[in-house]
Amino acid sequence: MNIKEGLLYTREHEWIAVDGDQGYVGITDYAQHQLGDIVFVEIPEIDLRINLGESIAVIESVKAAATVFSPVTGTVIKINEELEESPELLNEEPYENYIAVLSINDKNELIQLMNASDYASFCRVLEEEGEEK
Amino acid sequence: MLNKTPLYQMHKKYRGKMVNFSNWELPIQYEGILKEHHMVRKKAGIFDVSHMGEIEIKGDKAQDYLQYLLSNDISIISSNQVQYNLMCYPDGGVVDDLIVYKYSPNRFLLVVNAVNIEKDFAWIMDNAFAGLDIQNVSTRYAQLAVQGPEAQKILQSLTSFNLDTIKFFWFNPRVEISGVNCLISRTGYTGEDGFEIYLHPRKAPHLWEEIIKAGGKDICPVGLGARDTLRFEAKLPLYGQEIDRDISPLEAGLVNFIRLDKEDFIGKEALVKQHKQNNHRVLVEFVMNGRGIPRPHYQVKKDNIEIGHVTSGCYSPTLDKNIGLTLINRQYSQPGEEIDIIIRGKRVKAFIQQDVFYKKRTKGIQSQITV
Repeated sequence: MNIKEGLLYTREHEWIAVDGDQGYVGITDYAQHQLGDIVFVEIPEIDLRINLGESIAVIESVKAAATVFSPVTGTVIKINEELEESPELLNEEPYENYIAVLSINDKNELIQLMNASDYASFCRVLEEEGEEK
Repeated sequence: MLNKTPLYQMHKKYRGKMVNFSNWELPIQYEGILKEHHMVRKKAGIFDVSHMGEIEIKGDKAQDYLQYLLSNDISIISSNQVQYNLMCYPDGGVVDDLIVYKYSPNRFLLVVNAVNIEKDFAWIMDNAFAGLDIQNVSTRYAQLAVQGPEAQKILQSLTSFNLDTIKFFWFNPRVEISGVNCLISRTGYTGEDGFEIYLHPRKAPHLWEEIIKAGGKDICPVGLGARDTLRFEAKLPLYGQEIDRDISPLEAGLVNFIRLDKEDFIGKEALVKQHKQNNHRVLVEFVMNGRGIPRPHYQVKKDNIEIGHVTSGCYSPTLDKNIGLTLINRQYSQPGEEIDIIIRGKRVKAFIQQDVFYKKRTKGIQSQITV
């Protein structure tokens, strides 16, 4: 499983790449593996104000729909429209394809997120639990 | 503790992603639903369907009893033939759908949905005629399905028995495949030609491996995910979605499998009445116009009034479209009718259409088990 350095991660397997007051939000390699073949992404509208933990997008695999939760509070300032035509990009290169860019309200919220090595341990535990089942 | 099929170790070996499916631990997918789906349409796939239930009914009155218990006319098929049936409640709702293997007028094997095994067995016992020998033999069988245009070629390489002699919806109870005694029928749940094989649970891993070896690049293991997309595209009904306790087989369009002219069977009176009144809901195809994927149980509205619900829906890999089936008030069921599918609280446009679903490539006249 692939985890990229320099990003921040949530327990729900979203990543955020912080650039000044802006954050690029996407899903992790672990998430796309769990979902399987992604066939649809419902991306948010520009100017949508969103709270930490609220739904920022919905991703549908062949089998089911899954919610993407926003890692921070903010306003959507840019969206990745390419995902409407090519949702499979999230399977192919989850870290190269953001879903939306937020202007971050309060950067203090970022403190609660995991860095790459913490997220790697977090996923390792999940995988071990999965194998014991 | 979840039930494991005799092929559990094979699922681990082939890296199946295991899920709980009505208390069975089964793979939702191996390498990916889309890949597995396309393999079955273009080449072949092998499925573990050992979770399915088998109920054996024997005795002089066995055929008479099934005539009373089930919707179809079991007397018209020959020994070694298979028939699709509905088992109904007195009000016309469905206990289960099943296929019946007729060994002889005195001996039948009923293959039922895993989720319904206990309910079905209790229902069959409760309504049984005296003197019948009825047994739940589900644990005695493992079941494999080999489906797809290459299925026959692959299986033929493992047996000296000429598989051409088994026509669609026929079976042979004693065919040796790779040294294993099997019951084999030309049946399936994918819309492709193919076979279902019943065998001793201990022999299942061996046969699974032999089939995969014989198929080489032309076969792959297929999980529950693609099993559902394949059956859905071919418009094969699923219990709990197209048919249910509260959805009659007439509503689901299965009129060809209900003999309303039969002397008597459980549910006949209610179904005859529903048929005469002819104002029941109907199951129709729709295609999404707006962006979104329809899923089971989503509401269907017209001018903001609820007119039905989605029974099954998904992205169709073969057609590359988002399509669904809806059980809908008859007045809105005409092709071209525009409807709204309520997806996460939002109205998304769709329209009723006919014959958009996948055209089945099964070989024979009984290929019409579509809703």
